[in-house]
Parts: sequence; C-alpha cells; structure tokens
Amino acid sequence: MRYNRLALYGLLALAALMVLAPVFIMVSTSLKSMDEIRDGSIFTLPADPSFAAWGTAWFGDCAQSLGTKCGGLSSSFLTSVKIVIPALVLSVGLGAITGYALAVWKMKGANLMFAALLVGMFIPPQVTLYPLIIMIRELGLFGSIPGLILVHLIWGVAFTTMMFRNFFKTVPQDLLKAARIDGAGFWRLFWHVMLPLSLPILGVAMILQFTYIWNDFLLGLTFGGRSGQPMTVALNNLVGSQFGEKQYNVDMAATMLTALPTLVVYLLSGRLFVRGIAAGAVKG
Amino acid sequence: MNGVELRNVTKAYSGLTVMSDINLEIGDGEFLVLLGPSGCGKSTLLNMIAGLEPTTGGSIHIKGRDVTALEPDERDIAMVFQSYALYPTMSVRKNIGFGLKMRGVPKDQIDKKVAEIGDLLQISPLLDRKPSQLSGGQQQRVAIGRALVREPSVFLFDEPLSNLDAKLRADMRIELKRLHERLGRTIVYVTHDQIEAMTLATRVVVLDKGSIQQVDTPENVYRRPANRFVASFVGAPTMNFIDGRIMQDGTDIFFDSGSGGLPLVGLPEQVRSLIGRPVTLGARPEHILFDDGGAAARIILAEPTGPDQYVRLAVAGSEITARCGPEQSFKAGTDARIMLDGARISLFNQQTGQAMTAD
Repeated sequence: MRYNRLALYGLLALAALMVLAPVFIMVSTSLKSMDEIRDGSIFTLPADPSFAAWGTAWFGDCAQSLGTKCGGLSSSFLTSVKIVIPALVLSVGLGAITGYALAVWKMKGANLMFAALLVGMFIPPQVTLYPLIIMIRELGLFGSIPGLILVHLIWGVAFTTMMFRNFFKTVPQDLLKAARIDGAGFWRLFWHVMLPLSLPILGVAMILQFTYIWNDFLLGLTFGGRSGQPMTVALNNLVGSQFGEKQYNVDMAATMLTALPTLVVYLLSGRLFVRGIAAGAVKG
Repeated sequence: MNGVELRNVTKAYSGLTVMSDINLEIGDGEFLVLLGPSGCGKSTLLNMIAGLEPTTGGSIHIKGRDVTALEPDERDIAMVFQSYALYPTMSVRKNIGFGLKMRGVPKDQIDKKVAEIGDLLQISPLLDRKPSQLSGGQQQRVAIGRALVREPSVFLFDEPLSNLDAKLRADMRIELKRLHERLGRTIVYVTHDQIEAMTLATRVVVLDKGSIQQVDTPENVYRRPANRFVASFVGAPTMNFIDGRIMQDGTDIFFDSGSGGLPLVGLPEQVRSLIGRPVTLGARPEHILFDDGGAAARIILAEPTGPDQYVRLAVAGSEITARCGPEQSFKAGTDARIMLDGARISLFNQQTGQAMTAD
C-alpha cells in the first residue's frame, strides 16, 4: 500500500517534471543575457536576471528593425484581442442558441442538422481551407479582421452547438413543461431558465473557444492578411525572420507572452472548467 | 359549464390510436382524480388538458371556452409535477413569481402575491433559498405555491406525492384536501395510488388502456365497481373472483363454483333473478365472514398487519383472501368456517367482465 503511494507520487512528479522542464528553460532563458546563453548550459539559472528581453519582445527593438515598425508583439496582441473577443462571444452565444433550439424545440430535420454538424466537426480545417478562402473573398472580407472572425465563427459554432445541445438534452422534460405553462416562449425560456442552467457548460465553451482561437495559427495566417495578423503569426515572424544572431532570450520571452493569456484563463477558471466537464459527463 | 369538459377527445401517435372518444365533464370546484395503472393514459389525458400534448381529435373546454388550439399559458391552468420541476437557478421567491413575471404583472404586485402564498403554505422563511437547499416536501410546497399564485381556474396535479416518503405523503394528502376545501378550485389530479384517489377525490375516473372504465364517487367505485378491472384495481388486498352460479336450495342460498359451495347471506331480493345463471362472483376480503354455519375452508396462511389480519384460504376450488380482526388466531393447515356477505358482493358477467344488475 505504502509502496503504491510512493510509486504513484513518483510517477506524478516525473510527469510534472517533463511538462515543466521546457517551461523552466523558457522562463530562465528569457531572463538571461545573450552572453550567458552563448556559453552556459541551458539548465543553469540566470546569473543576473533581467526583463530586458521581455521588453524587446513586447515593444520591439527599433535599432534592429528594418521596417517602420519595431517588430514587437504589442500591436499584434491587440489584433488578437480584437479577433478573439467577437469570435468568442459570437461562437459561444450562437452555439448556445442553436444548441438550445436543436435540443428543446421539436423541429423538422433537427436530427439531420445535428448529424451534419457532427460530420462538419470531424473534417480537418485544412481540407476546406481553399473553398473557405473563395467564400470569404466573394464576401469581400478576405485579409481583414471581420473575415477572420467569420471563419472562426464558422469553425467554432459547430463545436459549441454540439456542447450546448448535449447539455440541454439532459434538462428534464417536466421543467420545460412547467416553463411553458408559466408562459415562457422560445426566447424567455432560453434566457430565464436554460441559459442560467448552462453556466458551467458556458464556462467550458468559453475557455475552449478562447484557447482554440487564441492559439490558432493557420486561419490567422491565411485569412488575416497584413492588418489582421494575430499574435501567433507575429510570433512566428519575429522568431523566424531576424538577421544575424538568434536572439534566444527575446524569442523565449515572446513565446511566453503569446502563451500567457490562455495560461491566465486556465488558472483563473480551473475550478469552473473541471465542474463544467463533470456537468457534461454526468447525466441528470 | 364552469369546469372542464372533454368532448370526444382522441389521441393517436403516428397513426396508433391510444385514446378514443373520451368524454368527461368536470364540475366547477370538483376534485377529480384520474386513477389507473401506468400506461393507462391518465398522464396523457392530463397533458392534453394542459395543452402540453396536442389532441388528435375532439375538443377541450375550460370554463365554457374552447381551448383545444390554445397554448398552455393561455388556458387558465396551473400544473404541479411529480418531479416538482422547480427552476434550479432561481430562488423560491422567483420560482413562485416567474409565471406572473412572464405575464407582465408589475413587480410590487408579484412581491405581494408571493408573500401571501408564502404565508398560506408556511414557506415564508424559505423564500430566499434555492430549490436544492429544500427537502422534497418543501420543494413540493413551492411547486404548489407556484401553481396557486396564478389563481387559475383549474389546477392539474401529475402524481404530485409519488416522490415523497410514506409519512410525508400522508401529511401532504391532508394538506391538499384542506387546500381544496379552502380555495374551492377545480382540481384534476393524476395518480396510480388508490389511497390518494379514495381520500382526495370528489369523483374518481378509473382508466385502463386508454379508455374510461368508470366515473363515480370514491365510495361507489369501491362498492359498486363497473367491471372486473375496476374491481381488481381498487382495493387492497385485491378482490377475490370465483366463477360459478348462485343456487337456491329451499331457503338456503349459496354460491356454487362447481367444486364446492359457499353460503350467501343477505342477498338482496332483486338479485335473485340471477339465480342459476353463470356469473363471476367478486368478494372483497371484508365480505368474507367467519361463521360457524359456513362452509369449511382450509387455512393456508395468516398475515397479521397490525389492525387487521389477512387470511389466505382454500375453498371451493379457489384461493381467496379474507380479512378479520387481530384477536382471532388461525393455524395453517386447519379449517375455518366461512360464508359470504351477499349484501355487499359484486357479480360480473363471465364473458364481458361487466357488472351484472338484476333486470
């Protein structure tokens, strides 16, 4: 029994170490100077920790930059925010409404539509990339933030619809009947009864959608154009397009900065997340 | 007609008719209980009155108004569910007030009415709690409060006490009866529990396989069941049925099952025309009298229940259950002498199962 415990904790510690080691290297490298990186082992702690590289990653280094911009991530951070917030709110909001409609209101072809949504979810985005480009181009939105938001919405709404539909299917019939007798129609039933019930699912959908959209690279690169470059694309440009010596400390800092928002979201909402997954898993 | 009226109501699911030509008049202020086994259609009937299920044919009238095509909230009804169906995210106060809010009643009036209901049902201290913080009985009170606050013409109850434990169920039964006497509103109440039906109803509708078997007062449903189904469904332990003929030998009248006779005492004069014809005799356990002048019956088993004991007997080729007081002692394997209370037994047609009257 005691050895079992020991083995268990040993394995958990090992797993934690494997996950945390790269993070440690990133943080530690980002705090070092280039001289230290050049001759030191990557596992040693920084001798003279400095946030200079973080500053460079965020604001850019105007002396080294070739163009008019200084190459920092701050402007693309704002772009990412401008993409994520509307895409998140729209995809989760619409998913909640369509999921509710599919689950609660008997309409013709509801199951067929749901099946189509599921199939849509299993198709990798790369496959439909070209048709999507044509579609967005015809709408005159190619290479703009609204265009990118629309693409994220198209991809996200299938997933959120499925989540909400499956949750709303578990709501007892009697509750819906009671609401009908109380005089709540489509929208009021949704707003006053169903949406408050779905808060845990809403939380999970928000977190997952935030992560997908924030971490997205392919769609941002394809549809964003110059004005709609999200942080991930900017990070790739920053890391890949420098001349001369690789600025590892700046690269690491920039990567940390890009990953930070999702990390913060997870840390702040961890408990809600777990509760939501449990709520989705257990019926009734 | 001030209550509820069903005219030729029919219900079919994708071509399969489950209820046909249901006609029922429910008087104003009546406490009507729909009683039947599961699957008999009693909940479907209630849902059709509520407007939660569409009717396939016929019409439903509430207070003289044809409501067949109306939505549930336009029918002037309120409903209480077996699962309570309280809104889990709302406080008790909001649960009760929700229907009024949906109707656009001003907030100060809602508050006033909710407070009144809280006093009436003694749930005032619970008004700011969430349903999950209440016991089953308290939740059911809130559900009743939510129905009461709207002051509808008709209350619909769908097995409201089935989820409560036995003690609480008995208490709530009494409370429901008091509430009905106080408010005098029309109630349609679905249950499979015959005790609830007997104690609460002004009239009982017994349903089986989608059709009405009998509509009568609880007393008459018990005393004069319209057919074998009603006779066997109502009453516990269930009624004893024996096939045979009533025979007369001089002044002695007895029931002959073909493999033995049972004396019948006090058979009403008008039933004597049935003498000699094949019938099914229905005798409730209390219709079997222990009397030294009776026929011998072999005791199989005695079950004391406290106030009574039920005695299982083999007689005239059948096994029957008799009821008697707890003071007598019965020993399995010995004989007891029994006869039948001819004034209270029922007689049914052997083929159709319908109750037979002398005519």
